[in-house]
Amino acid sequence: MNWLDTILQGVLLGGLYALFAAGLSLVFGIMRLVNLAHGDLIVLAAFLILVLATTLGINPFVAAVIAMPLMFAIGWALQYFLLNRTLGKDILPPLLVTFGLSIVIQNGLLESFSADSRRVFAGRLESASVNLGPVTAGIMPLMTFFSAVAVIVCLNQLIYRTSVGRAFRATSDDPVTAGLMGIRPQRIFAMATGLAMVVVTIAALYLGTRANFDPTSGPSRLIYAFEAVIIGGLGSLWGTLAGGIILGVAQTVGAAMNPEWQILAGHLAFLAVLLFKPRGLFPRAVD
Amino acid sequence: MALIETRGLTAAYGDFQALFGVDIAVGTGETIAIIGANGAGKTTLMRSISGVIANEPASILYRNEPIGGLPAPDILARGIAMVPEGRKLFPSLSVEENLLIGRYGRTVDGPWTLDSIFGLFPILKERRSNPSTALSGGQQQMVAIGRALMSNPDVLLCDEISLGLAPVVVRDIYAAFPRIRETGASIVIVEQDIAQALKVADRVYCMMEGRVTLSGRADDLSRDDIHKAYFGTDHHELA
Repeated sequence: MNWLDTILQGVLLGGLYALFAAGLSLVFGIMRLVNLAHGDLIVLAAFLILVLATTLGINPFVAAVIAMPLMFAIGWALQYFLLNRTLGKDILPPLLVTFGLSIVIQNGLLESFSADSRRVFAGRLESASVNLGPVTAGIMPLMTFFSAVAVIVCLNQLIYRTSVGRAFRATSDDPVTAGLMGIRPQRIFAMATGLAMVVVTIAALYLGTRANFDPTSGPSRLIYAFEAVIIGGLGSLWGTLAGGIILGVAQTVGAAMNPEWQILAGHLAFLAVLLFKPRGLFPRAVD
Repeated sequence: MALIETRGLTAAYGDFQALFGVDIAVGTGETIAIIGANGAGKTTLMRSISGVIANEPASILYRNEPIGGLPAPDILARGIAMVPEGRKLFPSLSVEENLLIGRYGRTVDGPWTLDSIFGLFPILKERRSNPSTALSGGQQQMVAIGRALMSNPDVLLCDEISLGLAPVVVRDIYAAFPRIRETGASIVIVEQDIAQALKVADRVYCMMEGRVTLSGRADDLSRDDIHKAYFGTDHHELA
């Protein structure tokens, strides 16, 4: 087998996992909320893109741009009206509520779209590729990877260079004192989840064009997202990208050795990191 | 007319009542000190005024408006900023970012800008890029005061700013107060160090067990009166 090619494909696949995980990482970093419905929200966004693309007869990339503000609004409202009420000293209520939300979304999608698996068509772009010396890379996987890098650069700029980003970090440190600065933590949390849903929409675009999805695809996306976040270290967005890449490379190398080993190899890599670096590779969060 | 007034202010944490009808008044441009032993209710009073604790709306008046029920961001927006007990800097933010976030909820032009805060506490300019956790306790307190000033408040509440600091550092910090007063802001200082409080304040309230036990002009109060109000007894041994 061609090792270079296998690793390149794994890195590019890692971009997709990083996109799955970036929203999860952002939300966890700011409000210590683990959103078990994250994968289902990705699938929801994929259906939204599908509906927009087919009913309006537009390119899925344009559909995704239209879906972004809609998903931002959904995320904002979800956080402001529901999830904010679950946040507190006890970590159980948000887990239970987002677990329930996951079931609600899956069944809602099942009712609306049936159990058929769907995909989003991106035309000739799907099979286009480019030669990079000894290896060949698909245009879509390349776009996926660079979108992931762009998302993480943008989120880092937002968090470390803007006034809103300062408010994000301050609220994450200490919501009560943040209130004394005129920050309303409830709105900061809502904005963070809204942003996470914008990232989710980008992830959904590449999920939907890369592979089939159906209403029950969410939880397996959540697992990859979780693993990427944990491998990278909680609260670090660059770590999340590294986590996605490690997961992607482990999967393609596993698949190259034996196609049955693809998924297993990813999970084994995850366990190996947990074993040697229980806090992940680049942990930022203190608690 | 008082700028801030509390009227029969009560506050409780669950079953534990911390304030039993506190009446204080702060005039425009006035500096008052609130003194009292641990557990007297001083910090609860500060937390009530700043909106961290919700109270009966009419029990706290600001420019004759009932503000007792408002949350902290609404209180700040009206021009009341707090330096919380224990400084409470944001560890994820640099010194400069900690200062900048002070004006997140209230951007009002006034005497205080990043530059004038650096003028007030020059050491902070040198350390502007450091994480706030890398500073000494005194420097952290300067950041906490600067952060509150960044909103150009009309009222500055300072909760126990000398707590845990060496006397020489406390003197440095209090040296900044004349310049804060010059801007016309009213200042409320919670202080356990009676001598320091009497030096900086126009008027003093002494609290004990959730009540005001003594109040008056700083020059008029005798040491005996204060001791009596502070410890609640005529017969005391100095600890």
